[in-house]
Amino acid sequence: MSSSVATVSIPTRPAPVGRVRSFLRRLRSGDEIAHMFTFVFAASIFLITVLLVYELYHNTALPRHKFGWNFFTTQTWDPVFDNFGALPFIYGTVVTSAIALLISVPLGVGAAIFLAELAPRGISDALTFIIELLAAVPSVIFGVIGVFVLVPIMRKYVEPFLKATLGSLPIFKGPIISGYDLLTAGVVLSIMVVPFIISVSREVLLAVPVDQREAALALGATRWETTWKVVVPYARIGIFGSVFLSMARALGETMAVTMVIGNVVKISTSLFMPGYTIAAVIANEFTEATGDLYTQSLIELGLVLFLLTIILNGMARIMILVTQGRGTSQE
Amino acid sequence: MQRIFKSYAGYVLSLLVLGAGLILVTRPSLTAPAPTPDNLQITAAGATFPFPIYSKWFDEYHKMHGDIEINYQSIGSGGGIRQVLAGTVDFGASDGPMSDEQLAQAKVKILHFPTVLGAVVPTVNIPGVSAELNFTPEALAGIYLGKITKWNDPALTGPNPKAKLPADEIVVVHRADGSGTTYIWTDFLSKASDEWKNKVGKGTSVNWPVGLGGKGNEGVTGQIKQTPNSIGYIELIYAVQNNMPYGRVKNSSGAFIKADLDAVTAAAAGAAKDMPADFRVSITNAPGKTAYPVSSFTWLLVPAKIDNAAKKKVITDFLHWMMTDGQKFCNNLAYAELPKPIVAKELKAISLIQ
Repeated sequence: MSSSVATVSIPTRPAPVGRVRSFLRRLRSGDEIAHMFTFVFAASIFLITVLLVYELYHNTALPRHKFGWNFFTTQTWDPVFDNFGALPFIYGTVVTSAIALLISVPLGVGAAIFLAELAPRGISDALTFIIELLAAVPSVIFGVIGVFVLVPIMRKYVEPFLKATLGSLPIFKGPIISGYDLLTAGVVLSIMVVPFIISVSREVLLAVPVDQREAALALGATRWETTWKVVVPYARIGIFGSVFLSMARALGETMAVTMVIGNVVKISTSLFMPGYTIAAVIANEFTEATGDLYTQSLIELGLVLFLLTIILNGMARIMILVTQGRGTSQE
Repeated sequence: MQRIFKSYAGYVLSLLVLGAGLILVTRPSLTAPAPTPDNLQITAAGATFPFPIYSKWFDEYHKMHGDIEINYQSIGSGGGIRQVLAGTVDFGASDGPMSDEQLAQAKVKILHFPTVLGAVVPTVNIPGVSAELNFTPEALAGIYLGKITKWNDPALTGPNPKAKLPADEIVVVHRADGSGTTYIWTDFLSKASDEWKNKVGKGTSVNWPVGLGGKGNEGVTGQIKQTPNSIGYIELIYAVQNNMPYGRVKNSSGAFIKADLDAVTAAAAGAAKDMPADFRVSITNAPGKTAYPVSSFTWLLVPAKIDNAAKKKVITDFLHWMMTDGQKFCNNLAYAELPKPIVAKELKAISLIQ
């Protein structure tokens, strides 16, 4: 599609002189330059990723050799006696991100539907502006608010309430110690990622062609049926995109999480217990890490986070493929 | 046909440009500027704990010698040790002494020079109870091992007959980030309890048996302030500057000492007699009636052989100045001064730099 303009404007010439001349002409006209530039940009992203993986892999020879696959299943993290395992960090990362998405996806998509479909344009634009401001707040600010506002609220009100009502579930069992725990970290993360979901989902919903809505309405659908059965499925891929973006941010978030999660290397079923995430432990311990095995184990955690992101993204993409074909397709 | 050629030529050209760019970036020798001969730049990196006093010293030294600049990056003790081993800095700094293993890795012998002293204090938040409690080393080790779990444990009520300690669970808080503060604290606990020494050990980060982790002194303080019945440890300087109340710790002579700069210097003086020649010594639980037991040196790590004659002259001159005139800046910044006998020993050791 993109090349049609170029092929039409340049008549076929005998090779090879003609080819060189036409190449030079395209160079002058800007086509070839634009092509080269954009290609370099795309290629550099690819190269950066390859370099990143290479460096992570290259700098983790010691722990890979010493611990092998046990690195993924060991629950100890002992810098004094040089015994390292990633499991508690993987657990903390996955659990906090899952809590964040469980809260932020319904909230974000719901808000986006309201802003795109139901709210008057003026209100929608004003609210969207505020939401985009929220997305620009640095994570350390969320961490500080988490420590001073959210932690006491969670300890005094939210967690006792959850324990009293849903206490039979293992995830809400056990003592409430300090409010620095997995649940609080998940809630802080959900506040941080919800602006991304709202902002991107709203844009995607607004981009659904008016014909689609009119067609549904003409068939006798109500306003809500139009929104829920036609507009939202049409925008599904874009909404999933916003969720991926949020998941990536939640998995890699460091500062705000380490300030409220309690930083304890332990796997607890109860969400009222403290935990630890991969990004948080790297940020906390790397600067003072001495000894090659210790440093390289921290780098290997980086590699684990990279793999985790790939696996979770892959699973999400498979989910899209599976649900494709249901409802209205984009094709 | 044309489409293929177009892409091919474009891709090749673009990749060439990208490759050239990468080579330029990854080969610093091609882009690095030539060193300027008139201004002598010395680079150092390491511990964050002494950063305020170090930057004060380097600044004062620059005022006296306008042509010399010492750039110090406070990247952490681990980074300081790594960089001095790799030879990427002129000297390093660390809150814990280098291990024999690390010293064995060094291409050039590395000397330790104590610069100032720091201390770590316990602080608590128990509703209705003053924070200035008395702690025995055994009680602190018991709390951090998770063996003493209630505030009304006899090990705690014994030394504090006047305080009304509740029957509540103790919430233990420790540093989550690797730090010299943790090194000093765990070094002290290792001396207080054999079980701690064998099970947990000492280090900038350890495998904590119990407790919550806070990031930095401010993170630990925040968690203590917000969590009733909690205990944690923070740097003395941080406690002093923020007017935080803190507890007394029993020293080796049996006295409960409230940490202050004199008590910390006294701990160093107590350790001076048995000072090894390489200055790698722990002064936690040092002898002395007034010595505060949770104290430590912080060190500069200087290579014993400096090839650049100009740099060697500056570094030795700076060390000399820092140990004599420079010490007067300590008290204002709440660092404890080196005791005189140790300064005398160190001044002799400067001559080891070749």
